[in-house]
Amino acid sequence: MFLKKVTLASVLALSASGALADCEISGRVSIIGNEFPAIQTVGAGAAECSGGEVNTNLTADHQTLNLPGMQGNPAEYTSAIVANSSIVALMNDDVIRPLDDLIAEYGQDLKPNQLISIDGKVMAVAFMANAQHLVYRADVLEQIGVEAPTTYEEMLAAAEMIRAQGIMENPVGGAYAAGWNLAQEFNNMYIGMGGEFFAAGTAEVSINNEQGIATLEMMKSLSEYMNPDYLTHDSNATNAEYRAGNVALMNMWGSRAATLTDAEGVSQEVIDGMAISGPMTVGGGSTPATTLWWDGWTVSKNISDEDAAATFIALTHAIRPEMLNEETSTQAVWLIDGYEPTEAAVGVFAAANSGSVPYPMLPFQGLLHTALGAELTDFMQGKEDAATALADVEAAYTAAAKEKGFLN
Amino acid sequence: MKHKTFFWFILPTAIAMLLFIAMPLVSVVTQSLFTPHEQVLKTVENCGPFGCTQSTAIDLEATEALRAEDPLGRFAGLNIYFDRGHLATAEVAEVWRSSDGLGEFFKSLGNLPFYRAMAFTLTYTFVVTPLLIILGFAIAVAVNSLHRHLKGLVIFFSLLPMIVSPLIGSLVLFWMIDSRGVLGSALQWMFQDPDLSLKASTSLTWIMLIVYGVWHAAPFAFVVFYAGLQTLPKDTLESSMIDGASRWQQTKYVVIPHIMPLVTFVALIQLMDNFRVFEPIVGFNASAHATSLSWFIFNDLGGETRLLSSASTSSVLTILGVCILLSPVLVRTYRDFNRKV
Repeated sequence: MFLKKVTLASVLALSASGALADCEISGRVSIIGNEFPAIQTVGAGAAECSGGEVNTNLTADHQTLNLPGMQGNPAEYTSAIVANSSIVALMNDDVIRPLDDLIAEYGQDLKPNQLISIDGKVMAVAFMANAQHLVYRADVLEQIGVEAPTTYEEMLAAAEMIRAQGIMENPVGGAYAAGWNLAQEFNNMYIGMGGEFFAAGTAEVSINNEQGIATLEMMKSLSEYMNPDYLTHDSNATNAEYRAGNVALMNMWGSRAATLTDAEGVSQEVIDGMAISGPMTVGGGSTPATTLWWDGWTVSKNISDEDAAATFIALTHAIRPEMLNEETSTQAVWLIDGYEPTEAAVGVFAAANSGSVPYPMLPFQGLLHTALGAELTDFMQGKEDAATALADVEAAYTAAAKEKGFLN
Repeated sequence: MKHKTFFWFILPTAIAMLLFIAMPLVSVVTQSLFTPHEQVLKTVENCGPFGCTQSTAIDLEATEALRAEDPLGRFAGLNIYFDRGHLATAEVAEVWRSSDGLGEFFKSLGNLPFYRAMAFTLTYTFVVTPLLIILGFAIAVAVNSLHRHLKGLVIFFSLLPMIVSPLIGSLVLFWMIDSRGVLGSALQWMFQDPDLSLKASTSLTWIMLIVYGVWHAAPFAFVVFYAGLQTLPKDTLESSMIDGASRWQQTKYVVIPHIMPLVTFVALIQLMDNFRVFEPIVGFNASAHATSLSWFIFNDLGGETRLLSSASTSSVLTILGVCILLSPVLVRTYRDFNRKV
């Protein structure tokens, strides 16, 4: 045991000193991003560089801070770690710089599929993929004698059996909290139904249609098997319900699946029974009812070229293939050379391989997301019908899009 | 005071007021009258780990040119004030035309965000304010009649709800009233209804928020009234006792008239505070059931695409709302003041 510790310590020391040796920067690096484990790892990797100051501000509130922190000149943050939805806000305000020159000079080792290019210019470097997919209790499904559902219709049938047999009162979990989460579940289901959010090539919203109504009806049916407080349950609360053994079937983020049952006080039954599979389809469609996400880093526009180079070098260092080890491999589905998928990654891989679509990177998608989050609650509570709710969403979106200059 | 002395005396205050009150007001009004430029869109190809797609993006150069020409944006006048997210004049007119009967009209009106928020905010304000004044007064009178050794301890505990920051206080309560929390389970047991959930019903959520509001603000009223009670004229009180006034009569005819100016003060402050109700809505995750103008501002600025003009408009409407709400109290105070002079 002692020997093992010593070996481990010396390996760590070696790798740390090795890291210090091959990352020299001469400039200021200041990173803002979300706080989940994979991003903490990237932040810590950038901080290994010597020769310049490296600061990180990793917080769940990064989205409200990154834009104001990059609008000044010089910008406070030299890099923001973003996802395919949040890069849009930075693009819209023109605060991030194209990375092509920096890649040519310092980034030869980056793989082409890590580069996020928009209109021919690389604007971000992705390091991990994410998606929502099915997380379930294998022991409970075995008890009722069904396979893991591959469609939402099967999920409903399984939920009914679990309830009817008295195993769980509310076997379905879902992050249906009013606001961002509820809107995201709508997006997933609507994509699964084959719906299009906007009239092609315009900012005109078009969700008040057959697919939209079918989407809402399905969400309502699912909610009948959820904890009655579901409109207040975000991903954290939904996971808590799963850990407590109250939920057997849920659509959950891949980035949270690996650590789902790590918390204290989770019963052995739940730990042993946890299983992951790919996202489900709905309404006979072939596109899974989920969206693909990448997380990646950007470099600010309003900083000196020296600081930009330092930021680029530090973050490239943070996602070099050698950073993968036993601990970091489980944290995410890394888009890094040499990454071997762990068991927790099967859901995200299944999502990517079964024809899921990425979350749309449209400049006005965020406005629709906000409108959905605020206006769908009346329908979910049974206060109005699906068509009225969708008309309300369209009206709320249109008012916001007019204000922002996307519509006249 | 000489004019010159007065000028130098008032100058620092005037500058501070100009900087911290007048300027932000001007800024917020200006921002509510202008909206961002029309966005020039173009079709681009986006590539990433999941392949390439055709997508729409903002033509930054073209938009930047527009912005350079006119940095404030497009002048929108009162358009934002009248759009669906705010006063929704066109929608209200439509609802008025299409609904038969006032009942249906108000029901459809509740579907528009501004009027729904108003329904909650005004109910909250006009229920919480009187209740917290009554409760605060009751606590003050009770504490005042305690033995002096006990007073310190009781005052400390009565102040606790105000000391706890609103967001934390509401979060603590939020967890307690969860259907699996202490209070939630207790209520289910009391009413013999395992499906009872405070968070799933609009009316129960409103009651919960109102109870929280009273719980949180009563200590403020208590402190003010308790201070007022210390200045109670002993001789008036004693002479009323000699006249044979009961405890209730003493309170009604001596104590309450004496602290009436304080009641006005507490009412003013609390009307203003309650109209801006915000923390409990966020803390209780209650936006599905209850919203307010302050929550609109939060929602407009918290999304991935920020709506500055809309948020500014909500701010201006909040200020107007507070002015309207306070006007009766202010007029009354002004009259009282003039009468005394």
